[in-house]
Amino acid sequence: MSDQNSESENNHLSRRAVLAGGTALTASLFLPKNLRAADFPTAEVNTTGLAVTDDTVTIGILHSVTGTMAISETGSVQAEKLAIEQINAQGGILGRKIEYIQEDGASDWPTFAEKARKLLVNDKVASVMGCWTSASRKAVLPVFEQHNGFLYYPTFYEGLEESPNVIYTGQEATQQIIAGLDWVNQTKGAKSFYLLGSDYIWPRTSNKIARKHIENFMEGCEVVGEEYYPLGHTQFNSVINKIRLRKPDVIYAIVVGGSNVAFYKQLIAAGIDPAAEKPIVLTISVTEDEIRGIGGENIAGSYACMKYFQSLENENNLAFVKAFKEMWGDDIVIGDVTQAAYLGPWLWKAAVEKAGSFDVDKVREASPGIELTTAPEGYVKVHENHHLWSKTRVGRALADGQYEVVFETAELVEPDPFPEGYQ
Amino acid sequence: MQSSAFMSRKEIIGFVILAALIFVIFPAVLDNFRLNLFGKYLTYAFVAVGLALCWGAGGILSLGQGVFFGLGGYCMAMFLKLEASTPENTAIQSTPGIPDFMDWNQLTELPWWWEPFYSLPIALIAVVAVPVMFAFIIGVAMFTRRVGGVYFAIITQAFAAIMTILIIGQQGYTGGVNGITDLRTLLGWDIRTDEAKTVLYFVNGVLLFAVLLVAQYVRKSKLGRLLIAMRDQEDRVRFSGYNVANFKIFIFCLGAAFAGIGGAMFTLQVGFMSPTLVGIVPSIEMVIFCAVGGRLSILGAVYGALLVNWAKTSLSESFPELWLLGLGGLFIAVVMVFPNGLAGVWSEKIEPRLLEIMGKKKSVAPAPDGAPAE
Repeated sequence: MSDQNSESENNHLSRRAVLAGGTALTASLFLPKNLRAADFPTAEVNTTGLAVTDDTVTIGILHSVTGTMAISETGSVQAEKLAIEQINAQGGILGRKIEYIQEDGASDWPTFAEKARKLLVNDKVASVMGCWTSASRKAVLPVFEQHNGFLYYPTFYEGLEESPNVIYTGQEATQQIIAGLDWVNQTKGAKSFYLLGSDYIWPRTSNKIARKHIENFMEGCEVVGEEYYPLGHTQFNSVINKIRLRKPDVIYAIVVGGSNVAFYKQLIAAGIDPAAEKPIVLTISVTEDEIRGIGGENIAGSYACMKYFQSLENENNLAFVKAFKEMWGDDIVIGDVTQAAYLGPWLWKAAVEKAGSFDVDKVREASPGIELTTAPEGYVKVHENHHLWSKTRVGRALADGQYEVVFETAELVEPDPFPEGYQ
Repeated sequence: MQSSAFMSRKEIIGFVILAALIFVIFPAVLDNFRLNLFGKYLTYAFVAVGLALCWGAGGILSLGQGVFFGLGGYCMAMFLKLEASTPENTAIQSTPGIPDFMDWNQLTELPWWWEPFYSLPIALIAVVAVPVMFAFIIGVAMFTRRVGGVYFAIITQAFAAIMTILIIGQQGYTGGVNGITDLRTLLGWDIRTDEAKTVLYFVNGVLLFAVLLVAQYVRKSKLGRLLIAMRDQEDRVRFSGYNVANFKIFIFCLGAAFAGIGGAMFTLQVGFMSPTLVGIVPSIEMVIFCAVGGRLSILGAVYGALLVNWAKTSLSESFPELWLLGLGGLFIAVVMVFPNGLAGVWSEKIEPRLLEIMGKKKSVAPAPDGAPAE
């Protein structure tokens, strides 16, 4: 653990103390660094029979560690374990060490539902860090709502959802999309857009929002094409030909998984080099994790729009990247979702401490307004609608597989899962 | 060797033991959560029993049973989804009253072929009828052209792949990769509560026994003996004047009907249906359930489905990062060492030993249905 982290933790505590009232300021000077379990009797902080003892609290980790999604979800598991270890090193939550039970969703949606039920009903976990794809979240959602569990979901996703039992630590679609489109329009003068994506709910909804924004809110801009390809599709030659014919200013690509490798290689082979910016390639689906598969040289010069890049140079992030590499190895890369997964345990810790209880109802009530000054992405705050206020950034892909941040919104972007005018 | 009675004494004992397990022992020893899991496993047993007939008795190896399981499940899910998508529940959408995924995909009205699924009787009929119709078309196209064996297996596998692509591609009508989720009530009865899950478990058990009795009847009938004859010497049966294709089509459709019922029960108990249950992988898994249990025995198929799924759950709970290797090893071991599965182990090894111990020096017949095909 680095000094920075504990320093900002102290800031965090005293800031709340100040808010609490006059005498609290002096009290905060004597506030023990670790809240002691004895001050929070188990009977009081756990009235609903969760897995909380006098010195431990159990949470669940529910991701795919086998199957096709394992390659994406491993980073999230690693980030969550790192956060848990760091929290425990600081004395845990309400004086209790976090223990976790890890279950494998096996890239299979019914398995996710089964394991979610197991974690909530059998293990009585106090919260769950988990899920990655929208399909897995949709599968576990009724389980969490029925058994009143509490899920921290890390992936940027399509929005159109606001469950009382989920905190969405990734960006919803409008947060991620609109800032990037405005940026490319204003700084690059782009007017025409060709939308393409993998064929499922996230790219379709995202492109729907992009299209509405381009047509209704961006003066003189137009969409010149919109196409979808099945998951795993590897033949993009026909769409590349169409792109060459229509000559858009921007290729807006929401291609996921293995298809990315084929798409970027075929772009270059067809003579469209992203680095030449004719047209500009803008994506919201390629994090540093995906570049490892695509190859930095194939995508260098493309732009990605999301809230976090590993190359962010604030102190929180430098400490985070260092700790992450110490725990999981030097050759690891950290993408947007991995960082969002790392926020989960921290946000939960802050909410539990604010509520003074592990009870799900109280944690839910305490969650809106929770802020995290120690987040690697900077500062985040939980909105009433259970999503996070966060900055959106545009990065330019480099040949070494990292992004160079070229733009950052001045303010935090408000999450808006049910955007009006975009339906 | 082939007794003319509907069930031999041995088989009656087998049925009684299984009934005791499903209706008495499991509910008594398992908590609600585990019982619900076993309910889910039992839905796969429907498919496995169908496969024991098609593959074990008839020699027709289908690697596409997931399609029928999925069709049955989707028919049920469509009914439940329409019930859950009342205008009040979906007020937040641009078009209230249609399923949420349609709204996301910019559909503004319910497709015409969804309309019949407002009615439960029609949905229940469709659960069986749609898979059977589909199986009938495949069966007529394949068997009348005398496509069989490995070729048939590969073609069914292709159907499984096509079906998945179709469902994922037409997401406005089918829910795409996410499937049809968030199913809540059946005619106003909340299917998500613990009591409902227990009731569904018993309904599932009763249906499974109905299916087992039908399967037993088919095996003991003239048709069943013809199937075995076809499996072992198809040409001789044909030369004896039987229309081999019709028998094959019938048994394939019957297997599809069983799978459809299983799929519908799956949807009810798990609360959603998705294309991951339709594709190649689940289809092959279903064949594995049957192989592990013993493809020659319908009861073995049930035990196979229970055992493999139970192993899958408990291995993945204990070793989340290694369990697939363990499971793979288990399959290889079973196939290498016990080609006739658990039922084979029972009838060849354990049963004779038991009889010996009990002092009954009767000569025991070998495997009841003779040697496996191929």
